[in-house]
Amino acid sequence: MKKRKLRVLVAKPGLDGHDRRTRIIARAFRDAGFEVVYTGLHQTPESIVLAAIQEDVDMLVMSSPIGAHRNIFPEVVRLLREKGGEDIVVCGGGIIPDEDIQELKESGIAEIFTPGSKLDDIVNWVREHVQPREA
Amino acid sequence: MTNAVEKVIAGDVRTVARLIRDIDDRIPGARETLKALYAHTGHAYVIGVTGAPGVGKSTLVDEMVAHLRKAEKTVGVLAVDPTSAFSGGAILGDRIRMQRHSLDEGVFIRSLATRGHFGGLTQSTRSAIDVLDAMGKDYILVETVGVGQDEVDVVKSAQTTIIVVIPGMGDGIQAIKAGILEIGDIFVINKADREGADKTLYELRQMIDMGQQKFKEGKWIPPILKVEAVFDRGVAELLDAIEKHRAYLMESGGDQHLLRRTLRIREELAEMIKNRLIQEVLDQLIEGGEFERTVEAILAGEMDPYTASENLVLSKLGCKK
Repeated sequence: MKKRKLRVLVAKPGLDGHDRRTRIIARAFRDAGFEVVYTGLHQTPESIVLAAIQEDVDMLVMSSPIGAHRNIFPEVVRLLREKGGEDIVVCGGGIIPDEDIQELKESGIAEIFTPGSKLDDIVNWVREHVQPREA
Repeated sequence: MTNAVEKVIAGDVRTVARLIRDIDDRIPGARETLKALYAHTGHAYVIGVTGAPGVGKSTLVDEMVAHLRKAEKTVGVLAVDPTSAFSGGAILGDRIRMQRHSLDEGVFIRSLATRGHFGGLTQSTRSAIDVLDAMGKDYILVETVGVGQDEVDVVKSAQTTIIVVIPGMGDGIQAIKAGILEIGDIFVINKADREGADKTLYELRQMIDMGQQKFKEGKWIPPILKVEAVFDRGVAELLDAIEKHRAYLMESGGDQHLLRRTLRIREELAEMIKNRLIQEVLDQLIEGGEFERTVEAILAGEMDPYTASENLVLSKLGCKK
């Protein structure tokens, strides 16, 4: 059987309008051959999770540069579990202090990409850690 | 009835989402589910929305969804965006304009990539329409970039097809002349506050009327509407026009409706046979290596492609010349 195509949701939660990095990530993922669903700005955890479920993605990436990650990222993980999307890999990025990263990972975020991360490294991380769902 | 079939009919979002993925990824099990679902389709009203990139299709669809929801109708949206021919990846950005419906459980939005397999888009989009139909959606809006034959075929399976253009886009009109002018039931000039809207209206009217072979009594004449989707101007009128077109399809005993349904079934069946043949013949030839061996043989001048293709097809279909 042919391999499934990887589907990724790229979302920008929070009230700020800094979506440049999410656009760049979306573009890098497209160039890596993934199908990227891009939701745009000002997403709430609820809208991100519903979109991820409707779009049947394998992975979800959020960016937050203004400190909203501490509330929003874990809430997305919680809602995903509630809605039956616990198999979706959740990652985050943005300006995130080192001391928060461990806590976020404990809440179920698989990886955090901070400023300076190379696009190739991010793409390789995805290739290594995220597989299109089997069944 | 399998579990998946029951869940789709009950409107389970997760099951529907996964089934559409399985269809797109060509998982054999999806076919079986589709077979069982087919008897539960035929209730939804399918509207195709097509036009060049940037004319505001997503914004228009978003506004149409808002109106339909106000009328307490449930809505499914299938938004098709192109796959990159180089990487095979795609950025599907139609949800950006439809954010306000993201929390409404009466709306199911799904982004699809064209993926570029032989007629694959047409087939998988039609199957996705069937799934949303079986799920119980009252209206299904299918949005495509009207550039390729595949996209045109997709909107052809709609009951009402809307072509969207914008003022001053002479080239846009040139593009739609080539093939999709004939399939428009309703034309929308979006961003009609821009300069040149009336000129575009005039040009379109001329082109459409020229395309009509003969004016017959009672024949549908495609209306052209000026809309400013982003300000919700003209969208109510568009929905009225859709209802009028729907009534037209149903009047005189539903002759037109039957005609379209027959056309859709005819095209669907031909498409499915074609895909099946590709699966049975071409895919197997490629997997079995005969395809490459034949390419080598033609390259070496040992064979001509005409004879080779005849022999290969006959060998796979198991019949002798």
